Amino acid sequence: MQAITVKVGLASCGIAAGADEVYRKLENYLMENVRPVKLQRTACIGMCFEEPIVELSGSEAGSVTLGKVTADNIATLVEEYLAGGVPSSHVILAQKQDAPRNALLANQKRIVLQNCGVIDPKSLEDYEASGGYQALRKALTMSGDEIITEVKESGLRGRGGAGFSTGLKWSFAKNAQGPKKYVVCNADEGDPGAFMDRSVLEGDPHKIIEGMVIGAYAMGADEGYIYCRAEYPLAIAHLKVAIEAAEAKNYLGNHILGSDFSFELHIKEGAGAFVCGEETALMQSIEGKRGMPTIRPPFPAESGLWGKPTNINNVETWANITWIILNGAKAFHAMGTEKSPGTKVFALAGKIAGSGLIEVPMGITIRDIIYKVGGGMKTEKPFKAVQLGGPSGGCIPAELLDTTVDYDSINATGAIMGSGGMVVMDSGTCMVDVARYFLNFTQNESCGKCTFCRIGTRRMLEILTRITEGKGVMEDIDRLEDLATNIIKGSLCGLGQTAPNPVLTTLRYFKHEYIAHIQEKRCPAGACTALLKYEIIPEKCVGCTACARKCPVNCISGSVKQPHVIDQDKCIKCGACYKTCKFNAIVKG
Amino acid sequence: MQKDFVKLDALLEKYRGKKGILIPMMQEVQDLEGYLSRDTMRYIASKMEIPAAEIFGVATFYSMFRLKAQGKHIIRVCKGTACHVSDADGIKDALVEHLKLPDGENTTSDMRFTLMEVACLGCCSLAPVIMVDDQTYGKLTPEAIPGILEKYSF
Repeated sequence: MQAITVKVGLASCGIAAGADEVYRKLENYLMENVRPVKLQRTACIGMCFEEPIVELSGSEAGSVTLGKVTADNIATLVEEYLAGGVPSSHVILAQKQDAPRNALLANQKRIVLQNCGVIDPKSLEDYEASGGYQALRKALTMSGDEIITEVKESGLRGRGGAGFSTGLKWSFAKNAQGPKKYVVCNADEGDPGAFMDRSVLEGDPHKIIEGMVIGAYAMGADEGYIYCRAEYPLAIAHLKVAIEAAEAKNYLGNHILGSDFSFELHIKEGAGAFVCGEETALMQSIEGKRGMPTIRPPFPAESGLWGKPTNINNVETWANITWIILNGAKAFHAMGTEKSPGTKVFALAGKIAGSGLIEVPMGITIRDIIYKVGGGMKTEKPFKAVQLGGPSGGCIPAELLDTTVDYDSINATGAIMGSGGMVVMDSGTCMVDVARYFLNFTQNESCGKCTFCRIGTRRMLEILTRITEGKGVMEDIDRLEDLATNIIKGSLCGLGQTAPNPVLTTLRYFKHEYIAHIQEKRCPAGACTALLKYEIIPEKCVGCTACARKCPVNCISGSVKQPHVIDQDKCIKCGACYKTCKFNAIVKG
Repeated sequence: MQKDFVKLDALLEKYRGKKGILIPMMQEVQDLEGYLSRDTMRYIASKMEIPAAEIFGVATFYSMFRLKAQGKHIIRVCKGTACHVSDADGIKDALVEHLKLPDGENTTSDMRFTLMEVACLGCCSLAPVIMVDDQTYGKLTPEAIPGILEKYSF
């Protein structure tokens, strides 16, 4: 019998879906039964909707990946594979035959996610075996300027959202005066709906470390920080293991790999403040202060952490560096579009069938992402919009589905590329409610320094709330636009300057929904509770009394076997009756 | 709870003289004591010679810092975009109902649970999601809540 390898995906989402239990069950099984099986841990392959995911390899049937595995059937599935066959069920990917998800992976281009879900993130040996730290060895034979030229010519743009040229940013820090410089990795992934950085940190922490060492060498920095949000305990744990391992093998520390270059790397845990994703606020937070943004200039490249020249890049930007050094600027520039070369990682979520993490070449259309890579919509309900860029971004409607993914085309729609959260919405999502949701978020997270952001977002939230409650007036739309313009002008940092985007894009593409809420007191998506009305259709009601018994406020009356009635004055619109009725006799409208 | 000054002092000493220590130090103190009381913050201030206003300023700025005693188990309801469009509000309502929280409070009267909202737990594909202590629960329905709560006793 051939020895096989079993890899269990143990990233946060896998664990939440029960992968830990699958792993433990198989481990016990292998202790009780002697089988030629090598059990390994890996992180996230990106198909979160199929979690828990297990990959089997080593037999002549070729490698296969199984989805929705349970602790109960893992042993049976492994036995089927050991016997030389491909398991009869649960197969999502297969090397040598058709499998339901093969196409989804084939339409991707994985550079940043190359190792995610493939290697054991806690094993430096695994990383080295897949070419790890070769880029660093190569970089140490180059001069700082040569590296920066390479990064500049690759055309890599900051993946944190703004899209500034990474090479140019590096050259500012390199040219800054002074013996002490810092590099920082921004892993404060705060956008709700985004989890790219988490997956990379959990799945391939050494790639970030290697990228940072190369950057520090190029810019002449000797100390670095990874600022990671505390909501990602597994990412922090993996980073700690990786830093220790890298120190032990002299990829970090003094005289790295026998060179004159020394570099020390620390992890800083965030403490829960969205604004700390903004670079000046992030530096304040590393220094142990309240994370309030400061005026630029001076830019961090001149005066950053503790007043020293500092370069900050996002996780995904750092993750691109090793590939560029190993394969060259030209090869990188050949992918994607002329002005936005390379790939982009997106976190697909919401009403999409294949929610999870994907990496695609720039220049692909949003339609292809949703239908060819993401597997289309989750339910029968039609596509309505896709939200890009989180609280700083906007909603792109169906008619713009053929927009290509590059910084400039996305900006033209009023949304932003952002860090890569892509939340798909269907006809059941109310766009006014989405705008209100994001304003609630930014209003909560505003640090309070700038009046327009602090008070302006609150006023916008109040207006949006009253519109969703059916209490809006037509002038409110003008007020929203007016406030939006002023908040953009009057705010110091990106949080305030982009806070109105969700409102502006929904007003631009879905104004009719605002008007329906205001004039007709109706929510077209049927999502705004205050505008909902539950009614019983007498012809369909059989008088089973199930709804009346379920109603928490006893507002449904009627005798047995007689049609029931809802008292609209008492109804709290909880929807309990709607969910309980087996005869579709209750309508929501 | 009697304050364990020996442990607290040892913890503070580790940080003395280092740069950028305030946040990690306060996080560790919070791990030790469960929350940051006014007395504790004053104590840190005098011991470490940091203005109390600065400590209080940082404690109130970041959402991870807790200024009140917490329940034994912390429940975090994800309010991320994906969860929001997948009825996270319904999950929260179910939690509030089953926890029988006193008005305006987020900790149960028996100090068993504290309910919080978080911006995003990053498990968007499993929306709606909650996290109880370090365990994440995904693809929830309001009906699943009582079963989850039962797993956590004193």
